[in-house]
Amino acid sequence: MIEFSDVTFVHDNGVKALDGITLKVDAGETVAIVGENGAGKTTLVKHVTGLLKPTSGTVLVDEVDTRTTSTATLSRKVGVAFQNPDHQLFSESVEEEMAFALRNFGFPPHLVEQRVSWGLQLFGLEEYRKSSPLVLSGGEKKRLTLACILAWDPGVVILDEPTVGQDAIQKEKLVGTIRMLGSTGKTVIVVSHDIEFLWPLQPRVVVMKSGRIVADGLAKEVMAKKEMLESARVAQPQLVSFYQALARRPGSPFVDALEARRWIEGGQQ
Amino acid sequence: MVNLLELDKLSFRYPDSPRKAVVDFDLAVSEGEVVVLAGPSGCGKSTLLRAINGLIPHMYTGEYSGDVRVAGSSVRASSMRDLAQTVGFLFQNPENQIFMFTVERDVAFGLENLGVPRPEMRRRVDEAIDLLGIENLSQRAPHELSDGQKQRVALAGVLAMRPRLIILDEPTSLLDPKTAMELVDLVASLRKQLGTTFVVVEHRLDLLVKVADRIVVMNAGAKVLDGTPRDVLFGEEADGYGVSVPAVTRLQKMLAKDGLAPDDRLLSAAELASTVERKGA
Repeated sequence: MIEFSDVTFVHDNGVKALDGITLKVDAGETVAIVGENGAGKTTLVKHVTGLLKPTSGTVLVDEVDTRTTSTATLSRKVGVAFQNPDHQLFSESVEEEMAFALRNFGFPPHLVEQRVSWGLQLFGLEEYRKSSPLVLSGGEKKRLTLACILAWDPGVVILDEPTVGQDAIQKEKLVGTIRMLGSTGKTVIVVSHDIEFLWPLQPRVVVMKSGRIVADGLAKEVMAKKEMLESARVAQPQLVSFYQALARRPGSPFVDALEARRWIEGGQQ
Repeated sequence: MVNLLELDKLSFRYPDSPRKAVVDFDLAVSEGEVVVLAGPSGCGKSTLLRAINGLIPHMYTGEYSGDVRVAGSSVRASSMRDLAQTVGFLFQNPENQIFMFTVERDVAFGLENLGVPRPEMRRRVDEAIDLLGIENLSQRAPHELSDGQKQRVALAGVLAMRPRLIILDEPTSLLDPKTAMELVDLVASLRKQLGTTFVVVEHRLDLLVKVADRIVVMNAGAKVLDGTPRDVLFGEEADGYGVSVPAVTRLQKMLAKDGLAPDDRLLSAAELASTVERKGA
């Protein structure tokens, strides 16, 4: 679905933001990208959407080279919810905001209406249907940008720091939404510093540092590597720290507190 | 102890909004306390912060009742100029508050606006830069810095004003985990060194419980919980208000019910692991 082959990207000022990235993401995979501020995570994501083109190497999305495809064509395939929702909200009302891209992509009016209602309901934004997006709280704006993207049903969904401004209930819903997307065959890329949010998703984890990929594997494998994570300024999930501090333990870290409790209570009997 | 911040039955409604954003809110924060403000997104946290730093009612008009006092002075009766010297505000996104050509000029910006004499300004800028350990950045352009560095620069600008109260609005949300932990340590050290009081809006409690004296939870504009991190996180209600109970605390809470872990204090992951091993042996 997405294929980076030895991609290097150098900014106009000479700073190398991506340095030899090779990465293949299959359709239906959920991939978390983590790493320090300035590691190149957002730059990488912008290569998937075609907003940035590699200085050298190639990026294929759906087997098409992003250098020879227009951003407009790519945007039908790849939906991104950027870090700062203010960069992508501009309509007079929340429903207009959602309908905008749908109309642009040529959806018929009845489908536009259906998708708008679906999205507003999914993200708990119905009461704001007629309101200006500007009156929404930071967390609500983030949810609106996500609703807008999911409405046109792109094959690849990219979420850049989706948990900013979200409370625990919204984060749990977001975990549910990402799982739902994964189970319907969508490719989901989540860029996040919120390790505690990522952990229950058990995604494939890609760790970036200084424009390179320093680790890539299942969450349980990657999150177990304490020193590697520290050098990339990433923290271990609390339950992994807990697991590693135990002298006697099962084969792999606990995904949630309930699982840990069952294991501990089993040992008590 | 003297209360540095007092909210007395504060209510506020934005024009054209059908309901109040803040409802009959009472709060007392003593000098040197670190209070975390949590609650569902859209519950009125940002409005409450604006009422503390004076943006409400000085910049946002609306229906206001009750009172907010900082260091004994009513926010409504104080000028923004006076408030700027008592209350510091760090925005979620540091790019909203740094814009000068060099870090040093940025840190000095607030003081320049107040017309602080040059020698005094120099001293306070140097002190703030030193406290945040950004001497090496002082001649750099803020826009070239990493997000974590920008956050430090913005906080240095706040500190140079020597506020007694600093408000942080989701300060860790854009920082990588290690940088976020460093910011939390910085809050602890500023409180210790300068006695600064902090009100922090934060959803990632796993980071903050270490330094928080209290967690105040709001819902639909009203205060619904107010207690020590242990009391709030061990209580039954926190989940319902969207408070992120850290995974290890969640586990401790379950184990405590079965007598396998203490319930009088919060344990770190390592502490909980050693408790479990002792009990299991």
